[in-house]
Amino acid sequence: MADLSIAKPAPETARGPNLFSMLWRDKLAFVAAVVLLLIVLFALFGPSLLGDLATKQNLRGRNFPPFSFERGWEFFLGGDSLGRPMLARMIVAAHSTILIAAGTVLSAMVVGAGLGLVAGYMGKTTSQVIMRLADVIMSFPSLLIAVVVLYVLGPSIPNMILVLAITRIPIYLRTTRAEVLEVRERMFVQAATVMGASHARIILRHILPVVAPTLVTIATLDFAFVMLAESSLSFLGIGVQPPDITWGLMVAQGRPYLNTAWWLAFWPGLMIVITALSLNLLSNWMRVALDPAQRWRLETRKTKNV
Amino acid sequence: MTKMIGQRAIASLLSLLGLMILVFFLSRLTGDPAVLFLPIDATEEMKQQFRALHGLDLPLIEQFARYVWDLLHFDFGESLRKARPAIDVVLEAYAWTLPLALITMGLVITTAIVLGSLAAFNVGGFFDRLVSIVSLVGASAPDFWIAIVAIVVFSIGLGWVPTSGVGTPLHWVLPIAVLFIRPFGLVVQVVRGSMLSALGAPYVKTARAKGVKNLPLIFVHTLRNGMLPVITVIGDQAAALLNGAVIVETIFGFPGVGKLMIDSILQRDFNVVLAAIMVTAVAIFIMNILIDLAYGLLDPRIRH
Amino acid sequence: MSEPLLSVKNLSVDFHTARGTVHAVKNVSWSISRGETLAILGESGSGKSVSANAVMNLLDIPPAEIVSGEIIYEGKDLLKVDYETHRALNGKKIAMIFQDPLGHLNPVYTVGWQIVEMMTAHGRPADMARARALELIKRVGIPEPEKAMGKYPHQFSGGQRQRLMIAMALMLKPDILIADEPTTALDVTIQAEVLALLKELQAETGMALVLITHDLGVVAEIADRVVVMNKGEIVEAGLTREVYHNPKHAYTRKLIDAAPGKGEIKLLDPAAPLLLDAKKLNKTYGSFAALKDVSLTLARGQSLAVVGESGSGKSTLARTLLRLEEADSGEALWKGRDLITMGRSELLGVRRQIQMVFQDPTQSLNPRMSVYQLIAEGWDIHKLMPDKSKRRAKVIELLEQVGLSAEHVDRYPHQFSGGQRQRIAIARALALEPELIICDEAVSALDVSIQAQVIALLDDLRQRLGISFLFIAHDLGVVRDFADTVIVMKSGEIVERGPTAQIFEAPQHPYTQRLLAANLDPDPDVQAERRASLTHG
Repeated sequence: MADLSIAKPAPETARGPNLFSMLWRDKLAFVAAVVLLLIVLFALFGPSLLGDLATKQNLRGRNFPPFSFERGWEFFLGGDSLGRPMLARMIVAAHSTILIAAGTVLSAMVVGAGLGLVAGYMGKTTSQVIMRLADVIMSFPSLLIAVVVLYVLGPSIPNMILVLAITRIPIYLRTTRAEVLEVRERMFVQAATVMGASHARIILRHILPVVAPTLVTIATLDFAFVMLAESSLSFLGIGVQPPDITWGLMVAQGRPYLNTAWWLAFWPGLMIVITALSLNLLSNWMRVALDPAQRWRLETRKTKNV
Repeated sequence: MTKMIGQRAIASLLSLLGLMILVFFLSRLTGDPAVLFLPIDATEEMKQQFRALHGLDLPLIEQFARYVWDLLHFDFGESLRKARPAIDVVLEAYAWTLPLALITMGLVITTAIVLGSLAAFNVGGFFDRLVSIVSLVGASAPDFWIAIVAIVVFSIGLGWVPTSGVGTPLHWVLPIAVLFIRPFGLVVQVVRGSMLSALGAPYVKTARAKGVKNLPLIFVHTLRNGMLPVITVIGDQAAALLNGAVIVETIFGFPGVGKLMIDSILQRDFNVVLAAIMVTAVAIFIMNILIDLAYGLLDPRIRH
Repeated sequence: MSEPLLSVKNLSVDFHTARGTVHAVKNVSWSISRGETLAILGESGSGKSVSANAVMNLLDIPPAEIVSGEIIYEGKDLLKVDYETHRALNGKKIAMIFQDPLGHLNPVYTVGWQIVEMMTAHGRPADMARARALELIKRVGIPEPEKAMGKYPHQFSGGQRQRLMIAMALMLKPDILIADEPTTALDVTIQAEVLALLKELQAETGMALVLITHDLGVVAEIADRVVVMNKGEIVEAGLTREVYHNPKHAYTRKLIDAAPGKGEIKLLDPAAPLLLDAKKLNKTYGSFAALKDVSLTLARGQSLAVVGESGSGKSTLARTLLRLEEADSGEALWKGRDLITMGRSELLGVRRQIQMVFQDPTQSLNPRMSVYQLIAEGWDIHKLMPDKSKRRAKVIELLEQVGLSAEHVDRYPHQFSGGQRQRIAIARALALEPELIICDEAVSALDVSIQAQVIALLDDLRQRLGISFLFIAHDLGVVRDFADTVIVMKSGEIVERGPTAQIFEAPQHPYTQRLLAANLDPDPDVQAERRASLTHG
């Protein structure tokens, strides 16, 4: 009954209900956003506030069991094999974990989306070259390559960002190109062409704003993917090296103590799950919220259950 | 269709070529290959011998030609650890990885399609919410962590299954279960989303107006249309498994390609690493062609 | 009258949407007997499809909610029977066909499979279903039925697809066939054929036909009775002839008056200076020739209509003149300068003088720009109106010129109705003070009553501002009302051209004659006369 939507001109404010109130309505997504905000705060301020606490070895606190305030709040989640407080270490570890994931996602998105815009908007030859390049990257055995490259180049944070970003570029490239190919055929782009708009104007004013929400949605999801990939590499010992720490590295460090002190590997892994889950939830919400055609699903939630 | 597969083949050959160049330069330009390929305690004499044997004293371009020539003959040299051709060692490991990947993907595809489709049909209902939450958690969990937790609970705690090795069918249970979780979570979400939009398509309305029953409506009329975006994701996930389930194989001591890779790297058995990368690239190449064929099989518009 | 076959009584359906509850239909009642044709006539948003969807159990609940009413078929209330009983009726006793047969046929199965399934889904053996399918495919006029069974929907033309849908619907000899806008997406000549087929099949089987449409011409051609719907309510019901000749409700009167093709025919001013002179334009896509030696001239203040069916090349012509497509050969002189070979910077200047209004304003306005941004964009591009403080006043002036007002300046396109959006698109074109506006099916997506208003607006602009129009359309009625000169195109060629009066009153080319004959008149008597003359002549 598509024709019903035209029955009543929409009496709403100019920009529609704002994003915050829509987020508030979807409780799961709201919680996810709060959790992510908290983790970002950890990543930003953790090392400067808790850096010393997290590295102070304390032989009496070795493998100290969790759920007790006996040694102070920082030992509530237990102590590690060198007697360092788990909770403080996890907060500090957020820094490198988030830094690598954010660096990777940002650089992959900028490069991928840029190439995608060009591939989608320019002529066939340019597009073909770029797409074949993406195919090449896609059919690389990416994790194996990452392992080898990091082994040869040496496992440092910039190298990790470089390797991971290259493997993620095709995702953004393909999505952007597919969207651009669709958007550029839309009438309003042709209308702009007829008015005499330049290529730059059409790409920046008419195409990019339509493509951007999809990119943000994918980037959120990809953030989780990259974080998992980084933690895998760190777990294998070819990712982040001590004294830097990430959650993946902490799980690896806790693995020898599985039988005696489960919490060493459990908590950091749980942090990864919680972060990735929040990112997934938020990305799902964005997919609906940022799409004008689907936004009603969020707006109607209240009346729907009546 | 043939054009599409031809394009894919060209892209894959380019990819293999790119891979060769990448590996060549990584091994030549980042230092002395003799250092990279030989054990750490190799003497200067051994290094000299190695260089002469492998023509490392020749001009770079000639080295590259010899290197490519060898690769084309699937000659990756000897495995230093096992003193056998590297390619044999890799193919042996593949004999373990392949069934592991196939069984896991088979389980993922069937369960994800059935559960995802039913969730989409029941959108907003209890079953839908349950499937959504389970799949989200599944897609968010790192496999090394699940593997560790599973070992603590099922092997150490309950003693139901062995912790590592491949002796009995029971040894396969945990690796498959752990490998299953993430691809399952991802594929279910894609199936659900794709089926949701396919169920809104006009031809579904036609089928309802025809009096088609619900089950054929979902699994005959809609699923074949809804599968198209799903196939891409299945391909990506299968490729990841063919990469060797590095982590799961390492943790469970499963003698597949992933474990072989890590062991070889840690023990500087570079010929094996090279062979493993090339064989995996070929495997992914074959799988991509299968995926393209599946597209054509499902959608007549692509075939024509 | 005997007991009706199907009756809808006091049906009310609500839709719970984003912005509160919409009463989709209120207290709608209609009924139909064997062998009868009932038309449900209404514009978009009138709720004309809702009751038929309720009959077929096709409403999505929620967001829809059936508030009250009953649907009686064979003594049972279809709103109360269980799912399985209803399913067994669908297709078997009551069948339905839809607009857009391409979307409504499953793209990944052969049409043979889909037609056969109509019977196998209701428990009939497959071989029997196959035989019946072959028979029906032949009956609806598809060549090579055996081969057609193994083909996929995308391998047929639009008209053939609708014929196949009809064959599918008739597999189990239903008592009632519901046709929802069955000919809306089709060319007029194909529409005439499909309507004729439906009538023949109805005569053969004695089924009842419920036809949902927005087109008075279709009603005049096929319906015995009509119910007119507006805003979810039936405003008038009765025999087709009576409703047309003696409409009782104001809305019905408005609808009939708005039907195009009855106004005074316009004349071309012979003294007007020449603006555009296109000679021998050619354009091919692969082996398909979209334009073959097309030439035309256009004078200042002239409104030239290009008429043709889909695939005739009329849109390609517009796109070529606008340089959205590059012509293979030929020239198009715009005030003496060739548009086809013009360089980028000179073209930019000309783009100001030639503007375009597209078919669907929902798509031609960027949804993320406000009305002000949309209209002012041209000034940015052409570096006009550098004094930005004056722009707002000018935008408001333009809005008022097209019948909108100052309060609309900061709104976004989705907050307007279809007709209002097209006015915004026209205001945007006017902002650059063009000399020529090319309208590509600019009113065909609009409801009839709004169509008339937009046409009146365009004609007013032509007279007041002396703007020329190149008006591309398939609807002959609209063309007759607006154009002073007509070009008829078929398969990339111009088959006939001349003043509007000559084309409509004394068409020379057989194709033009066919086109005019297939065009449905809203008057049932005129249609009946035409049918009579066709059968006897």
